Amino acid sequence: MRIEKKRKIKNYIALSLATLTAIIGLFWLVFILTSILIKGLSAINLSLFLNDPAPPGIPGGGLRCAFIGQLIITILACIIGVPIGVLGGTFLAEYGRNNKLSGLVSALADMMTSFPSIVVGVFVYTLVVRPMGHFSGYAGALALAIIMIPIILRTTEETLKLIPWELREAAFALGAPYYLVIKDVVYRGAATGLFTGIMLSIARVAVETAPLLFTSFNNSFLTLNPNQPMPSLTVTIYQYAMGPYPDWHRLAWGASFVIVIFVLLFNIAGRFFIKKRLKK
Amino acid sequence: MSDVLIEVKHLNFYYGSVKVLKDINLNVEKNNITALIGPSGCGKTTFLRCFNRMHDLYKGNRYEGEILLNGENLLKTQDLIALRSKVGMVFQKPTPFPMSIFDNVAYGLKLKGIKKKSEVEDIVERSLMQAALWDEVKDKLSSPATSLSGGQQQRLVIARALAVEPDIILFDEPTSALDPIATAKIEELLTHLKDITTILIVTHNMQQAARVSEYTAFMFQGELIEFDRTEKIFTNPREELTEKYITGRFG
Amino acid sequence: MDSSVYLKDKLFRRLGLFSSLTIIIICILMFVVLFIYSYPAIKQFGVVHFILSDTWNPVKKVFGGASAIYGTITTTLLALFFAIPLSVGIAIFITQLCPEKLKSYFSNAIELLASIPSIIYGMWGLFTLAPIMRIYVEPLLQKIFLPIPYVRYLFTGTPLGIDLLTAGVVLSIMIIPFITSIARDTFELVPKELKESAYAMGATKWEMIKDVILPYSRVGVLSGIIIAAGRALGETMAVAFVLGNDHNIHLSLLKSSTTISVTLANEFTEADFRLYISSLFYLAFILFIMSFTALGIAKFFLGKMRK
Ligand SMILES: Nc1ncnc2c1ncn2[C@@H]1O[C@H](COP(=O)(O)OP(=O)(O)O)[C@@H](O)[C@H]1O
Ligand SMILES: [Mg+2]
Repeated sequence: MRIEKKRKIKNYIALSLATLTAIIGLFWLVFILTSILIKGLSAINLSLFLNDPAPPGIPGGGLRCAFIGQLIITILACIIGVPIGVLGGTFLAEYGRNNKLSGLVSALADMMTSFPSIVVGVFVYTLVVRPMGHFSGYAGALALAIIMIPIILRTTEETLKLIPWELREAAFALGAPYYLVIKDVVYRGAATGLFTGIMLSIARVAVETAPLLFTSFNNSFLTLNPNQPMPSLTVTIYQYAMGPYPDWHRLAWGASFVIVIFVLLFNIAGRFFIKKRLKK
Repeated sequence: MSDVLIEVKHLNFYYGSVKVLKDINLNVEKNNITALIGPSGCGKTTFLRCFNRMHDLYKGNRYEGEILLNGENLLKTQDLIALRSKVGMVFQKPTPFPMSIFDNVAYGLKLKGIKKKSEVEDIVERSLMQAALWDEVKDKLSSPATSLSGGQQQRLVIARALAVEPDIILFDEPTSALDPIATAKIEELLTHLKDITTILIVTHNMQQAARVSEYTAFMFQGELIEFDRTEKIFTNPREELTEKYITGRFG
Repeated sequence: MDSSVYLKDKLFRRLGLFSSLTIIIICILMFVVLFIYSYPAIKQFGVVHFILSDTWNPVKKVFGGASAIYGTITTTLLALFFAIPLSVGIAIFITQLCPEKLKSYFSNAIELLASIPSIIYGMWGLFTLAPIMRIYVEPLLQKIFLPIPYVRYLFTGTPLGIDLLTAGVVLSIMIIPFITSIARDTFELVPKELKESAYAMGATKWEMIKDVILPYSRVGVLSGIIIAAGRALGETMAVAFVLGNDHNIHLSLLKSSTTISVTLANEFTEADFRLYISSLFYLAFILFIMSFTALGIAKFFLGKMRK
């Protein structure tokens, strides 16, 4: 009997510990989000969005140029990354299904999604910044695109593979060439999933910092020309947070607040779409 | 009235190096239903999928022999897209495309480049009527095809195949995923369809073959054991193996 | 049918093929470019010597990677040390204890940790966690561990909050979702019959977990851990905020340090002569190899598990 009791106590302790770890995990999430949201909220005002940075040490100013820069870099990255990622993922799931090369590409892409993003920054520096002789929004966009491609490629591949193979055979049997089978049957059936996957990938890449450090660099003026160094929210946060002025810190908090809201919205929207798809 | 639509001559088929169909010879009569029966794994599906060259989708598959459709060897044709618009196929599970009911039926027309709206509408209506589905869907042509029941979906797929007026439609156990009522509807439909096209149907349900077909082919381990009129196969088969199979004294 | 259809199909196929090949091209090109740019430093300092030397002195033009490599590995190990028990515990909770209704919410919440950008972890680490570490946690740790021989060396120095320990904690939070999600998936792969037969023998839930689930999922959890390690090795921003940039190797976890990625972030744009730049590339090259190896091993294990 005593052994039984011991075992029961052990069981109780172990399961309580597991529950405790879950609470700790949740605690970290809540702790991080609330501290950013609370500290960030007080830094939010219109001038954050409407003004450009004031000279160092002088209070006031905002991050208009960084918002716009980030937006331009992200859009450019999407223009490069989304088509390549979707087409590449389509190849892996369709024409290249079951061939060795696709397996290799898929495995490499999987590894690249966990790859140090700063190394990508260094890589693009040699590829673009060095030859051009200056930092540029284009270089930043290329770095983000390189991070984006494997992510979108893999989500596309996985999403398309969820469409039953028989559906494709049925379309072939009607005499459809493969590209129309893909366009009319596969993409259509996978549309919600594809869209969600792409949006989540973009959301992830849009808030990267490290790959921009040596590519788009930074700039405290508004510029719409991607051929120049371009400010971004994330790099600005890094620079301002590490700087000595309280006003810079305030702006960094404000920018962090915006980023967290952005991430939360995208995730909630993403889950919503995924749920909708599963229900159908 | 018996016109030969398809002649199969010395057909062999290989999955890679595995020979799955062995020297098959058979004629398919126009405007008739020909049933393929045989134990699971004997090669019925494999045989059926030769007629629209479905095996070409996968590497390493090889045909030998001839399948003559209107006198032309379809195993040699390069233009699979044209071939497949002449040879329709209906699968085991319903395969509605993720689009509206109307677009499903019109899909083959779109592939053929038929764009005129009134013409497309006419053909869609006619095909749905032929597939005995028109009355059930005429008020919701723009709803997604996936909203239909399983039996309705299968009839939709049949309408989709009919729309391009194929010479023959291949059916691979079209009722095995359906309930008895839906099955009965499809069977009745099949007997009507032979007026407008020719049907080759794989079924593992012998009663179904007996009920709907004019000709029956019995296959075993990749060989065509016996091919004859359906009454003959089911009442007085020539081969002992066939008799064993249809009387259920098999294996 | 007209031949343009076949042409279009071919074109689409080609586009897809080339798009997917960009992955291979990027990987190879990255390797080649990093190698070429590091070559001057490799020639100057060699391989073994560069890895073992902790002198990083731009003024004297002498560079060794030991301190950055040490910091990279130490922060990663610390992160794993904190994250492994937590993640496995969380995965056990999700798969075995959590009420069915809350399961997906809880999983999503943990996965949200992976969606928070590094820069946010950095901000939070610098302005929220570091002060807490400096004022409360680190003095407490010193009180506990300084009297203990040998262990004390890990906790010497003035607590600043900007150090290896804080970096390890931040990194551990970042990698929790990676280990948790793979552990959760592999736990769920354990056949029901196995679990039931453990119960049938009178095992408690914990005994079933310990004797059936955990041994059965070893490979899966291990690959999750390696993937997480791969992530931690290359993480830049979160660490850059809370680690300082000190090119000396200290045994104490309460001292600031540097990692490869932090060194790159801090010095890459400031490096002003060839050998300096080349040494930074050399570090990047080493990080590339380390990450690729870790991720490759994890991929291998995961592939083996699927079979
Ligand atoms: N894709 C394939 N590759 C290799 N062998 C196959 C393939 N499909 C079917 N087979 C084999 O070919 C034989 C015939 O299969 P099938 O035509 O599906 O039989 P049936 O439809 O009569 O049940 C079986 O032995 C099956 O295992
Ligand atoms: Mg079959």
